[in-house]
Amino acid sequence: MEHAPEHETTTGIDHRKMLIWVFLGSECMFFGSLIATYLIYYGQSVSGPTPADVLDIPTTTVSTFVLLMSSFSMVMAYANIRRGNVRNFRIWILCTAFLGATFLGFQVFEFRHFAVHGHLTPRTNLFGSTFFTLTGFHGAHVTVGVVWLVSLFGYSFKGDLTPDEGLSVDIAALYWHFVDIVWIVIFTAVYLIGVFGK
Amino acid sequence: MATTLGVLQRPTSTTGLWGWITTVDHKKIGALYGVTAFIFFLIGGIEATVMRLQLHRPEFDLVSPEVFSQLFTMHALTMIFLAVMPLSAAFFNLVVPLMIGARDVAFPRLNAFSYWVFLFGAILLQSGWLLGGSPNAGWFAYAPLTGPGANPGNGMEFYLLGLGVLGVSSVAAALNFIVTIINMRAPGMTLMRMPVFIWMTLVTSFLLITAFPVITVGLIELYFDREFGMNFFNVNAGADVVLWQHLFWVFGHPEVYILILPAMGIISEVLPTYSRKPLYGYPVVVLSGITIGFMGWAVWSHHMFTVGLGPVANSVFALTTMAIAIPTGIKIFNWIGTMWGGSISLSTSMLYAIGFIFVFIVGGLSGVMHSIAPSDAQQQDTYFIVAHIHYVLFGGSIFAVFSGIYYWFPKATGKLLNEGIGKLNFWVTFIGFNIAFFPMHFLGMDGMPRRQPTYESEMGWDLWNLVATGGTFIIVLGVLIFLHNFFWSLKKGERAGGDPWDGRTLEWSIPSPPPEYNFATIPTVHGRDAFWDQKYANGHAVPQGASDHEEHHEDEGHGIHMPSPSYWPLVAAVGLAVSGYGMVFHEPGQVAGAIVAIVGVAITMVGVYAWAMEPASEPSEH
Repeated sequence: MEHAPEHETTTGIDHRKMLIWVFLGSECMFFGSLIATYLIYYGQSVSGPTPADVLDIPTTTVSTFVLLMSSFSMVMAYANIRRGNVRNFRIWILCTAFLGATFLGFQVFEFRHFAVHGHLTPRTNLFGSTFFTLTGFHGAHVTVGVVWLVSLFGYSFKGDLTPDEGLSVDIAALYWHFVDIVWIVIFTAVYLIGVFGK
Repeated sequence: MATTLGVLQRPTSTTGLWGWITTVDHKKIGALYGVTAFIFFLIGGIEATVMRLQLHRPEFDLVSPEVFSQLFTMHALTMIFLAVMPLSAAFFNLVVPLMIGARDVAFPRLNAFSYWVFLFGAILLQSGWLLGGSPNAGWFAYAPLTGPGANPGNGMEFYLLGLGVLGVSSVAAALNFIVTIINMRAPGMTLMRMPVFIWMTLVTSFLLITAFPVITVGLIELYFDREFGMNFFNVNAGADVVLWQHLFWVFGHPEVYILILPAMGIISEVLPTYSRKPLYGYPVVVLSGITIGFMGWAVWSHHMFTVGLGPVANSVFALTTMAIAIPTGIKIFNWIGTMWGGSISLSTSMLYAIGFIFVFIVGGLSGVMHSIAPSDAQQQDTYFIVAHIHYVLFGGSIFAVFSGIYYWFPKATGKLLNEGIGKLNFWVTFIGFNIAFFPMHFLGMDGMPRRQPTYESEMGWDLWNLVATGGTFIIVLGVLIFLHNFFWSLKKGERAGGDPWDGRTLEWSIPSPPPEYNFATIPTVHGRDAFWDQKYANGHAVPQGASDHEEHHEDEGHGIHMPSPSYWPLVAAVGLAVSGYGMVFHEPGQVAGAIVAIVGVAITMVGVYAWAMEPASEPSEH
């Protein structure tokens, strides 16, 4: 990543940090469009199954909790790298990656379960197409995040991850929290409204 | 061993072919963008010329209706995504760091990545011509007409993947320029002291990062429908027939401003320089540009007046569309106000700028006619629209691009373009343009539908079609004159010196072509028109070319540490291209395409990792 510590920036904000903020703005439009498509087609499928038929709130509540807890451990990882405690940083960043991977495991289980027991695939109806595409792209973002976190874990052994370089962790954390927030929207729009909305 | 190391080691040479391939210098990347985009401008021109030949007389049979459909689709895609947008990007690259007093963009390697992804995306989009057929459904590609079964072959896949890859390039470049402009301005350059071109680059970049994700979602959905049998646009499964149209035009209308705002920025630099006056009403011009950027999001359904959205929706979008004429009109009056009372020198660049104002008013007025929904219902899908769009995009964007080329070519190359040939170039192009496109207003009013491969003589459209085709060949002649000027001036052009136009902004304060580090010392800015103030601060003129003395101080550059060249942006971009081809040739039930796509993603990942692990600049050897 580009970094020129010797140059001061106009705003005082590091280039990379500003980049990730603007990038997340762009991502809002991406997920916004996917969610809009989902909501436009909500209740429009001409055949079943419907969201209420297949979605399982208790299971997904657990996976949502797991993902939200990963935001907490992400904050702990960042706090530790800022304090220079690399050992604790490694524990918390692995913990975050593990929670993210657990969420993905839930998603794989859920997708398989819907296909096998709920008879819902991306080709079944409008709900299937919009549901799998929206949650699938969210899952892809979580996957990128997990790879990123594990990379930071590996990077910490190169000895380059000094407290000043906590910026690398800060940027990954911003991305990670964003992906979590998107999931809160999806959990509300798809799961809660889908099951309790009618 | 040595050869292996040659690949693994960091490139050091900044000259020769490898110097260009691994460059991270914004000026070289700007040149790459400019030359590549101009080649695609010529390809798009050839596509247009073939269409005009086909239409020069009734029932002519040069190309089949199928090829004609591919031609009008590819002409639009080529000119919008492969010519005007990257030509704007060429100016962003070349000019933005120089104007704000920076040594490069914020992320030099991301900048190289943007260029390579653009190049590969462009090749991907164009390769349909050689690999079984180009997209043929118009640049808007309305689903469900482009859905599975309705549009067989791989043509639409080239469209979907081509635009997808180009979107990555545009968003990456826009992110880079947003950070560069907000974060790398020279001391004292507050937001309201930025040149208008910088403002328009910033607004355009924000439009890019917000508009492209929307079309990306549309592209993904249509691709999933076509390849995996999903239902996004499957009307039998209950899909909405106008969802694609909304997704496309929510992107498509901001895209129109992505094409014109950089042009308005160029004009706002050229007019003050050749009028020797500050831009009239600077804050209002800036505010109008920002307003256009915001309102660009509130007018998309005026492309859908005949869809049947109902009187309320049509009225709302008619009103917002009419309202957008206000900031546009303000800009035009301010440009005229800039010239009013100025000491105008009619250089080629200035002629193109004045030509821009002239034809843009014509195109703008026909645009206001379209905003009246009942009137638009008559004009929809006729040549009247074709006339309008060429008055704002050719007469608008492309004239501004030529104005910018004549203006900044000396800065980029150190040579002046020949003014005599330049004026010939302008007048031939300007006359040819009006002969080619003005008659289309008449044809459209007479009801000639667009996108038809031919017409019957009884319709009475023979004369104006022949005139339009004649005008096209005059434009071709104009472009050939420009090419001659370009190559002639590159070899034998007069030396430009640092400040050939008695310029107002910071890029003229440094030698032409600029040294790799741009500014030996970062300038301090005390007002708008920073360099003008610097030159004329004491109320008397410093001799022209005042900055040339800086060339004597080239030694100053030795302590300046610039980013090192890198292979990895290219590697990451190659991976995207491989992935794109894999997805184009994916066939349901076969894994070959998917394997190629995964290999491509793996190559990109290798590139991104190596890029992240490599420092931005190597320790200096000196």
